[in-house]
Amino acid sequence: MATEAIYPHRDPMLKKRDDFEDMLEERRNSSDLRYALRCYTPVLYKGLAPCKASMLKSMVLQSDQLHHVIGQVSRETGRAADDVQEEASAILEEMAHCLQLSTVRFFAFTLSKVFKTLFRSICVNEEGIQRLQQAIQEHPVVLLPSHRSYMDFLLMSYILYTYDIALPVIAAGMDFMGMKFVGEMLRMSGAFFIRRSFGGDKLYWSVFSEYVKTMLKNGFAPVEFFLEGTRSRTSKSLTPKLGLLNIVMDPYLKGEVYDINVVPVSISYERILEEALYAREMLGVPKPKESTSGLFKARKVLSEDYGSIHVYFGQPVSVRSLAQGRVNRCQFNLVPRHIPRRPSEEIQSFVNDSAYRLVRAQEENMVLKPWVLLASLLLQNHHQDQTAGQKRGMVLEELTAQAVWLRDMFREYGAFLHWPDHVPPSEVVSSSLSLHRGLVRVCEGRVQLAVEQGGQVKPGEPHSTVTPEEELLSQAVIVLSCASYRNQGLHVFLRPALLASAINAASSNLKQEVFNSFSFLRNMFSNEFILCPGATVQDFEEACYLLVKTGALQVTQQELLVTERGQRTVAFLTSMLDPFLQGYQVVCRFLCEEATENLTEKQFVPAVRKFIIKHLLAGRLRYTEVLSSDLQKNSLAALLRLGAVQKIKAAEQGTLKVNKVMVNSLEDTLGGRLPTQKAVGARL
Amino acid sequence: MLGNTSDRQRIAQQRLRIIAGHLQGPVDGDSAILAAECKAQGSKTDVCREGKTVPRRRQEIMKWNGWGYSDSKFLFNKKGQAEFTGKRYRLSGMIIPGLKDWMEGTFGANLQHKTPATPLLTSSAVQPATLNKAFLEELKSTGIPFSHDAEDRVFRAHGHCLHEIFALREGKFGRVPDMVVWPNCHNDVVKIVELACKHNVCVIPYGGGTSVSSALECPPEETRSIVSLDTSQMNRILWIDEKNLTAHVEAGIVGQDLERLLNESGYCTGHEPDSMEFSSLGGWVATRASGMKKNIYGNIEDLVIHIRMVTPRGVIEKSCQGPRMSTGPDIHHFIMGSEGTLGVVTEVTMKIRPMPEYQKYGSVVFPNFEQGVACLREVAKQRCAPASIRLMDNEQFKFGHALKPQVSSIFTSFLDGLKTFYITKFKGFDPNRLCVATLLFEGDREKVLQHEKQVYDIAAKFGGLAAGEDNGQRGYMLTFVIAYLRDLGMDYYVIGESFETSVPWDRVLDICRNVKARIIQECKDKGVQFPPLSTCRVTQTYDTGACVYFYFAFNYRGLSDPVHVYEQVEHAAREEILANGGSLSHHHGVGKLRKEWMRDTVSNVGVGMLKSVKDYVDPDNIFGNRNLL
Repeated sequence: MATEAIYPHRDPMLKKRDDFEDMLEERRNSSDLRYALRCYTPVLYKGLAPCKASMLKSMVLQSDQLHHVIGQVSRETGRAADDVQEEASAILEEMAHCLQLSTVRFFAFTLSKVFKTLFRSICVNEEGIQRLQQAIQEHPVVLLPSHRSYMDFLLMSYILYTYDIALPVIAAGMDFMGMKFVGEMLRMSGAFFIRRSFGGDKLYWSVFSEYVKTMLKNGFAPVEFFLEGTRSRTSKSLTPKLGLLNIVMDPYLKGEVYDINVVPVSISYERILEEALYAREMLGVPKPKESTSGLFKARKVLSEDYGSIHVYFGQPVSVRSLAQGRVNRCQFNLVPRHIPRRPSEEIQSFVNDSAYRLVRAQEENMVLKPWVLLASLLLQNHHQDQTAGQKRGMVLEELTAQAVWLRDMFREYGAFLHWPDHVPPSEVVSSSLSLHRGLVRVCEGRVQLAVEQGGQVKPGEPHSTVTPEEELLSQAVIVLSCASYRNQGLHVFLRPALLASAINAASSNLKQEVFNSFSFLRNMFSNEFILCPGATVQDFEEACYLLVKTGALQVTQQELLVTERGQRTVAFLTSMLDPFLQGYQVVCRFLCEEATENLTEKQFVPAVRKFIIKHLLAGRLRYTEVLSSDLQKNSLAALLRLGAVQKIKAAEQGTLKVNKVMVNSLEDTLGGRLPTQKAVGARL
Repeated sequence: MLGNTSDRQRIAQQRLRIIAGHLQGPVDGDSAILAAECKAQGSKTDVCREGKTVPRRRQEIMKWNGWGYSDSKFLFNKKGQAEFTGKRYRLSGMIIPGLKDWMEGTFGANLQHKTPATPLLTSSAVQPATLNKAFLEELKSTGIPFSHDAEDRVFRAHGHCLHEIFALREGKFGRVPDMVVWPNCHNDVVKIVELACKHNVCVIPYGGGTSVSSALECPPEETRSIVSLDTSQMNRILWIDEKNLTAHVEAGIVGQDLERLLNESGYCTGHEPDSMEFSSLGGWVATRASGMKKNIYGNIEDLVIHIRMVTPRGVIEKSCQGPRMSTGPDIHHFIMGSEGTLGVVTEVTMKIRPMPEYQKYGSVVFPNFEQGVACLREVAKQRCAPASIRLMDNEQFKFGHALKPQVSSIFTSFLDGLKTFYITKFKGFDPNRLCVATLLFEGDREKVLQHEKQVYDIAAKFGGLAAGEDNGQRGYMLTFVIAYLRDLGMDYYVIGESFETSVPWDRVLDICRNVKARIIQECKDKGVQFPPLSTCRVTQTYDTGACVYFYFAFNYRGLSDPVHVYEQVEHAAREEILANGGSLSHHHGVGKLRKEWMRDTVSNVGVGMLKSVKDYVDPDNIFGNRNLL
C-alpha cells in the first residue's frame, strides 16, 4: 500500500489533499543501522548565518533585549547586574537544547525498531514534505504539530531526519526534565525545556523569548511547538495557547525577518498509546509523574498493535500574508524594538485569530479512520440502550450499514476520511473492531462497548467486592476512550451539529430564532470546541450550506425547515452534542444546588464529580461521559467567561462566586426550557 | 592602476571637472559674476548667456523624452557593444564591454527586442493652450518673455518619474502648462505673481525639472490657465561676502553653474545632490534637498542663511542674516519643503567655503553587507565620516563593475584579475555576498590622509579591505550616468527607478532586506516574467540613522501595462519602507506621488498646521500644483 488515493473526488467543492507514503515500508526492507548512519545533509535557510549551539547562547545573553531586562530587574530588586546576568545565564543553561547529530542517529535507530513493532505504517504526505523543504529555504519556519501523544515530537524529528530536512528545535514542558537520562537525551535531540508557568518572571520570559527568536531569526533550525500547549486527552483540539505564537510572530511584526512560514502538521493515530491513561486521568486517577522507570513499565504497550499513523504536513502559512491588512507594523516605530512591551490589542487579536486558524488547519488535515465512525455510532447506541433497556449492542450488519451511511455523510462534509474503498465495508468494520478489541466486543452477533469487565457483575451478587461507584468508573474508562475516538471526527460536523441542536431548541423555525439559539450554543461551547472568535455568522452560514447541500435542510427567506430525509441526519447530529449539553447542564445544576460560599477552584472538579456520580448511579443522567473532568473544566471556564461565575481572589486560592440566577437561566436555556432571547439578555 | 602621483592628482581633480566641465570651450571668467541690478538687465535679456548651462529653450541642448543632454547617451554600437556618446563625461566616448552581458544576465533583456521611443515631439498631440487673455495682455506690457509654444510647454509638464518619461517616449501628453514665462529677476516674479492673483491664473514654479515625485505634473482637474514659471534665467550670483563667507544667489541657478562660478572665486557651497547638473537652487530649497557631501557642508537647511520668496500675500524674508535666531518657529522651515505650493523662491543667501585643497577617493570591500553597515554605523558613531561615504550592496557592486570601461593595457586587466583573486580566493570573500563602500575625502592634504587612515582602520575592524581609488571614483560616476542608463534600459524593455528613505541605524539592515525582498515578491505576484533588479545602498550617514537608496528595475516583456505594474510595486515598496520604520522621503520630497501617506507621516494636526499656512499664504490656490497636501 505504497500510495493510496485517500480521497474520492466526488464533490468539486472539497479540498484536494495529497497522497500518503508509508515511510516504515522502507525501514522494513533495509538496514536500520545504515539508515541511522547515513549521510544527512538537509537544505538550510538561505539567509542562515552558520552558528553553533554554544554561540547561540552567547548571542542570547548579549542581546539588547536581555540586556535591557537585566538592567531593569537589577534596578527593581537592587541586585547587582552581574548577579542577574548570572541568573539569566543559568536559566538559559536549564532551557537550552544541545542538538547533536549522534543522538539523533541513536533515536533514528531505536525508534525504527520501536515504530516497526508498534505500528503497521507511518504514512506521510510527501508533497507536504517537499513544500516544507521549499519553505525552509525561503524563510524561517515554525512547525506546529497537533498534540495527542508523547510520541508526537519524537515522531516529528524522526520523519524530518528520514526526509533529510533540517531538524527542529522543540519547546518541551519542564516535566520531561524529571526523567533524568531521558531528559538529557531529548535535549540532545533538539528539545529545549520551558517551565509550565512563569507568569510574572520578567527575566525568565525575556531569556526564553530571546532564545526562541534568536534561533528563528538566524534560521538556525525550524522551531517546533504545540499550539495546544499540552496533549489533548480527549482528541478534540484544545484552545490554542498564545504565548509562543506571540513570540515567533514578533520578529516578523518588528521587521527583523521578511516573513515566517508557519506549517501546521496534523498527526492522527489510529490507536493512541495513552488511550486508557487519558481516560483514567480525566476520571480523577492522577496522572503518573513522568519518570524513567515509569517509561520502562510502559514497555508492555510494545506488544500491542497500534495500527497506523498519518502525518500530514499542511500548506505553509505565511505570517506576512496573515498579517496583511490586520496589523499596522508602524506601531513599533517610536520605541526601540528591544524594549519588551505588552502586545497591542490589535496584535493580540491578530495572534489569537491566527492561532484559531492554524488549529483549524490542523483539524482539517487530520486523517479519520473508520473506527471514528464506529465509535460514534456505538456510543450513541450505548446510551440509547441504557435508557430503552433493550438488548445491548448493535447487530454487526446494522452497524456496517449505518457506518456506510455515516461515511458518505462525512465525505460530503469534507472530512479527510481514510476508508479503503476497494475493501468491502464489512471487512473494514471488522478489522477496525479487532484493532480496538479492548474497547468493543462482539457477542452473539451484536457489537457492544466492552463496559462489563470480566463478565456480568450483577448488583445483587454476594461475592462482588466491586462497589457500584467503582463499576461506574471502570465503565466510564471505556466510554471516555471511545468518546475520544468519536471526538476525532467532531470538528467535521460541529457546525451542522450546533445548527441541528439549535433547530431542536428554538421555539420556532424562524431563521432569526434558530440563529439566536445557534449563537447561544456556539458561545456556550466556545471553550469546548475550536470556534474562531467573531465568526458566528460564517459558522451559521457554513452549517446551513452543508445541511442544505446534503438535502437535510431547506432554507427559505424566513425559515429553516428540516426535510423528511433530513430527520435522520439531524437526529444523529443532535445526539452528537447531547452529552456536552447534558454535561454543561449538570455543572450548572451542581453550582446552583451544591456550591458553597467558599468553593475553591481546586475543589471544583472533585466536588462536581461526586455530584455527578450520585446522579449517574441514581439513573438521573444518561451520559457517563459527563464524568470527564475536561468537560467539567471547560464548562466552568465558559461560565467564568460569561460572568455567571466569578473568581474571587483570596489569600491562598481563588474561590468561586456563583450568580445563581444567571447559572439557573443558562441551564434552562441549555435544556431548551427557556427561549434563547432571554438568556442572551441575561448575559448582557 | 593609480600608481603615480600625477595620476592621482588628475583623478582628484576629475570630479570637480565633471561638475564644472560639461560645457566645451573655455569659460569666460568675466561673465561669471554679475552683480548687476535686475532693471539694468531688463532690456538685454537675450544677450549671450556664456557660462550658463540652461538656455530658455531647453530643447537646444536637452532631450525632450529622456535624461540630460541630447548628445550624451548609452547605445549599443554595430558590434553590439555598449558605448556612451558625447564628450561631456569621463565615460563619454568609451566602450563598456561588460554592460551587455550584465543587462542580459540581470534582466533577461535581449538586444533583438527593442522598444524605441517616439522620435519627435508632435506638437499637434499637445492640448491647445487655455490662455487667460487679460493676464496675457498685462504680462506683455511688462516685457517679461513668455511662450505658448507646444515644445516649451511639454518640457515643463513633467519631472523624471518613470511614468512621466514612459508616457513621453510613447508620445503621450496629459495636461500641460498653457504658457511658460521666464522672469529675469526677483521683481519680475513679483509682477507675475501679482498678475496671476489679479486674473486668477494658476502658477507652477519650474526650476531644473529633475523632480521625481510627480511634483511638476499639472493637476488634470485644473481648469484655470496654468503658467509655468521657469526660473532658469534667474541664474546670477548677485554678490559674494568673503568676510562672512556667504553668497547671495538667484534661485534659478543650476548646481553645476553655481559651483563653477564660485570655484572661479576660490569658493564652493559643497552642495552636490546627484542631480546637480540640472537641478536648481530654488528647487533644492523647495524640496529640502540633500547633497552627497553633507557630512562636511550640511544639507540645504544647514546651508541656507536667508531666503526670499514671492507669495500671493507678498514677499516673505527675514530682516537680518544672523547665523541662528530664536524668533519663534523658523519661517524658513515653512518655505523649505513647500514644494512650490506657497510661492516662488527668488533669491537665497548661502554659506560658502573655500575650495578644498585636496580630494581623494577611496573604497573598501566588505565580506558582506551586514559588516559594511556595522562599519558605517561605527564611523557615524565616531563622527569621522568622510565628505561622502556610501555602501553599495552586492548587486549594485556588480552593476558598478559592469560599467567599467574597456581597459587599454593588458597590465591593468591583469592587475584587476589579481585583485579579484586576492579578495575572493585569498581572503575568502564570497563574490555573491561582498559589498563595497565608496569614500570621498576632502580638505587639507595632511588632514585628508590622517582622516583616511582613521576610516580605513575602522573598516579593518569590520573585515573591510581597502580596494583602491578607482573603485571609489567609479561608484560616484555611476551616480551621474545612471539616469542615462535608464533611457538605455527603456530602449530594451527594461524600466526602473530609484527611491529613497531615511531610517534609524538599528533598522537599516532590516529595511534593506525587507524592501528588496518585497520588490521581488511583488514583481512575482504581479506577473513580471523576469527576476527584477532590486538593490540598495546606504548613501548618507547621520548620528542616529542613515539614508538608504533603492534601485529597482525589471524587464517588462509580456506585460500589458508595465507602468501600472511598476507603480504597484513601487507603492508596495513604499508601504514596506514605512512599516519598517523608514521615512516617507529623505530628500526627494512628497509631490503628488507620496501625498497619500502625508497624514500618517505628520499626524492630523500636522496636516492641519500645513493647511492653515497654505490657506493664509495662498487663499486662492494660485500656486496650484497640489503637491504635499
